[in-house]
Amino acid sequence: MRADEQRSPSSGDELVDNSAWSHGCGRRDHGSPGAQDGTELPFAPPANQASSQAVDALPHWQRFAPELPAERVMWSEIVPGGGHWSYVMPRGSRLRMVALDAGANLSMVLYHAREKLERYNMPDSLKAQHTAHYTRGHVLMSDMGRALASITEDSLGWHDPMGALLDAQRLHAQYGERSFHTHRNAMYRSGKDGLLIEIGKYGLSRRDLIAPVNFFSKVSVDAEGRFRFATQHAAPGAMVELRFDMDTLIAFSTAPHPLDPSAEYAPGKVGLAAWKSGPALPDDFNRAFRPECARALHNADMSYL
Amino acid sequence: MNTTAATAVRIHESALDPAQALINHVLPSGEPYLLRIAQGQTLRIVDLEGNQAVDVIFYNANDAAEHYSATDTMLAQGGIYLTTGSVLMSSEGNPMLTIVADTCGRHDTLGGACAAESNTVRYALQKKFMHSCRDNYLIALQHADIGLGKRDLVPNVNFFMNVPVTEDGQLTFADGVSGPGKYVELRAEMDILMLVSNCPQLNNPCNAYNPTPAQFLVWD
Repeated sequence: MRADEQRSPSSGDELVDNSAWSHGCGRRDHGSPGAQDGTELPFAPPANQASSQAVDALPHWQRFAPELPAERVMWSEIVPGGGHWSYVMPRGSRLRMVALDAGANLSMVLYHAREKLERYNMPDSLKAQHTAHYTRGHVLMSDMGRALASITEDSLGWHDPMGALLDAQRLHAQYGERSFHTHRNAMYRSGKDGLLIEIGKYGLSRRDLIAPVNFFSKVSVDAEGRFRFATQHAAPGAMVELRFDMDTLIAFSTAPHPLDPSAEYAPGKVGLAAWKSGPALPDDFNRAFRPECARALHNADMSYL
Repeated sequence: MNTTAATAVRIHESALDPAQALINHVLPSGEPYLLRIAQGQTLRIVDLEGNQAVDVIFYNANDAAEHYSATDTMLAQGGIYLTTGSVLMSSEGNPMLTIVADTCGRHDTLGGACAAESNTVRYALQKKFMHSCRDNYLIALQHADIGLGKRDLVPNVNFFMNVPVTEDGQLTFADGVSGPGKYVELRAEMDILMLVSNCPQLNNPCNAYNPTPAQFLVWD
């Protein structure tokens, strides 16, 4: 991200420069999953980083993650509550996620970008780390025993890994129905349908939909095994960050958590900022967190030069 | 909504007579099993010697893209353990099977199945050449050649396995609550294709490092 992009969005017209478009087409951190040839992404920004200058890529990250190093920011986004999107995150990139309102929930599924049959595995990740919650140190592991992503920062201490996902039936029962016809883009869409759309963009079907991680939500289990959903768990400003240890396709929805008892449909916005950190170093916090994490990261490292 | 049903241990014995069963099959430890069960039939799985983990995935026999969903099952009953009265739900939100009898009282659906690759993470890199549940699933599906593969190996039920979650969010592997001869019985609510691995895990104290046979009975 260039310093001149820190100007206010109102000055965006000045930033339109068609001559930069040709650079944008070749920008490796968008068009390519990165590291296709096995090389690491560079720590330094690529020489053609002016690409964002030509488009309305607003520097949202300055509002919710201003401490990030500007020269390493790849992109940023503000996802409305109930929205859905997908990205390919190169190994060595990080994704900062910030709850911008109360009531935020982000249901994320993860697949190896180059072999989508390899995907995040909830039971393998939970039993390897003997955990039923996620926080800094934990690793999101694939079914092939590799670290897809590691939680490198967390201001919240608990994100829900037990995989519940809001489907249309439950959405309608709890909040009613809002179609596009009557409410345009204020329509309601379930987390499940949002994820099905996103993974469908990559040729994946309902058979490939996996149990997601619900960031910003807390579900504990009592002595009889019953779920307890923590209301008002994530305050605005709550932050969690993933480092991608393999080239990873992520898809997410910011629809409500299905155990959220609120009668009002009010999912919060989530700010996203992707930045370049490089892959896990030998003295990495996640490697040291548990021996299982070290082995999953080792298994991921074996796939890369 | 989040406490619709308690999942505390509920013991309930069956009146069905094994002598009347249509199918009576003993599955040695470490073996796979693929079986069709018709809607309305009742399946009993017996932990013959105790503390065995029987890893099972259910599919809709008429549309195998519809499969057992651990997350939908937990969400529907508001809790994590399976016991008498639990309804196993599909990925499409439909009831697949109902647990109608259970002399063990608690079964797991969070712990998943072992795989050679996850064994390298959980135990040691050098464990990769040991037998695993996923190898069982894959060899059964490869030989059956019915259009199912690794993508369909979704989080399974671990019958007779005890994986408590503590209130502070730890996942623990506790001593089995099962014992020799304990069983669980399920009524099929749709036509079912059942994929089983009788777990060969030798690294986990849950089965006292001694995988043992399981018995399958089916009644009309």
